[in-house]
Amino acid sequence: MSATRELVIGLRRTPLLSALSIVTIAFALFAFGLFGLVALNIDRALGEVEERVEVRAFLHDGTAAEARVAAMQAVSAFPEVQSVEYVSPEQALARARQELREFSDVFESDFLPAAFEVRLKPGFRDPDHVRVVATRIAALPVVEDVRYGQEWVEKFHELRNVATAAGVGLGLTFAAVAVIIIGATIRMSVLARAQEIAIMRLVGATDGYIRRPFLLDGLLKGVVGGGLALLLTWAASVAITRYLVPAHFFEPPLAAAGVAGGALIGLLGSLLAVGRHLRQV
Amino acid sequence: MIRFTNVTMQYPRGGIALRDVSLFVAKGEFVFFTGASGAGKSTLLKLVFMEERPTTGEVRVGGYQSREVGRGDIARLRRKLGIVFQDFRLLEDRSVEQNVAFALQVIGAPKASLRTKVGRALAQVGLSSKAASMPSELSGGERQRVAIARAIVNDPFVLIADEPTGNLDERATRGIFELLSEINARGTAVLMATHDLSLVRRAGFRTVELAGGRVVADSGDGAPLLVEEAD
Repeated sequence: MSATRELVIGLRRTPLLSALSIVTIAFALFAFGLFGLVALNIDRALGEVEERVEVRAFLHDGTAAEARVAAMQAVSAFPEVQSVEYVSPEQALARARQELREFSDVFESDFLPAAFEVRLKPGFRDPDHVRVVATRIAALPVVEDVRYGQEWVEKFHELRNVATAAGVGLGLTFAAVAVIIIGATIRMSVLARAQEIAIMRLVGATDGYIRRPFLLDGLLKGVVGGGLALLLTWAASVAITRYLVPAHFFEPPLAAAGVAGGALIGLLGSLLAVGRHLRQV
Repeated sequence: MIRFTNVTMQYPRGGIALRDVSLFVAKGEFVFFTGASGAGKSTLLKLVFMEERPTTGEVRVGGYQSREVGRGDIARLRRKLGIVFQDFRLLEDRSVEQNVAFALQVIGAPKASLRTKVGRALAQVGLSSKAASMPSELSGGERQRVAIARAIVNDPFVLIADEPTGNLDERATRGIFELLSEINARGTAVLMATHDLSLVRRAGFRTVELAGGRVVADSGDGAPLLVEEAD
């Protein structure tokens, strides 16, 4: 195919520029990848903390087993609820003794009430949903009191919102920077071949024909640059795990999407750079 | 075949390059365009290969009209034209043969006929023995011959030459002119812009003289606009 031939000729003509483009694209995407890695790990960490959001419903003393089971079933049926666990006074005592060893001899039996520990499904762990569920549980006749650490849930939710907003803002900025750098790099390779483009137009090549090798070029550089960036990000995550804290790496589909994103940026960058050049000549 | 009707060309920042130019070039004609620098010769040629569009008036080349053509049409028109410039415009990193073949490759010409056509064009310009040479190894006259080979490889109906001998010595100039005359004798119209009045006088072809963007003299027989189009 002639576009492939032109691509090979172009790469051979300017090997240094091609290498420079790939390295530039790789580093632009690496910066984005590093950010992604940090964002991913913060998100995971926050997710783990969020899983601890629970509503604890203390039951009246002497609640009959049938009433308790019926109430548990009712709570389990709430659409927001992931799981309900019954904690008997004995279990609560054992747990308290384990968690607060230094006070273990202070605790006596029957000191703690029986309770339900209700965990919510992801997406329902924000203060509003937690409050609604807690109110509904409190209305059950077997329940004496409900606790869910309202202040903590609200603070945590606020933190999560700030983290998300900062993540999206920073992510967009990094992506924009990567797109601009890659666009400029591709524009350089277009300008390096300006004379060739002029001759192509002179002898009657269509815009589509002229564009094709550049699109292939952009795609190829995007894929190679994206792959390199992925490799660098992976190395960074390994280094972080070894020397700092255990870090999660992207799942394979996300990693593949990152490389595909690089290819797409390369393709779009080329399309814009060549399109702009062709409009000017 | 080529018709200018009341063509005025004004560059956005450069003033008026052509004023109310009307002329007709018949099939197979050889026409010199003369005049001082800035007279409008190059602009006139650019209008023929539609690098520029007239500000007012109309240019018709073959079946293409300046008012109607799109970018795709211009590409198709140029496949039927050959264009050479004073500065040759060769690709320095490709051999003579590759430079000529380039014109066929980029329009998707079938591979089978490529070698034959390139060989024929190089033979026509007398450079068969230099097919494998690089442009940097050639003299100015030879480089211009490569450019001409590239321009004629696709059998154009018009060859446009903008000061093709401007960078050449007298001997090379004569050679290039003889080559253009031969190409013309085979039926291709030639439009050549030049400063070289001695060449123009010797040749005895139709000469259109431009001054300040106007046609001030046209040695063509008969009023151009009275000639009916042959296309």
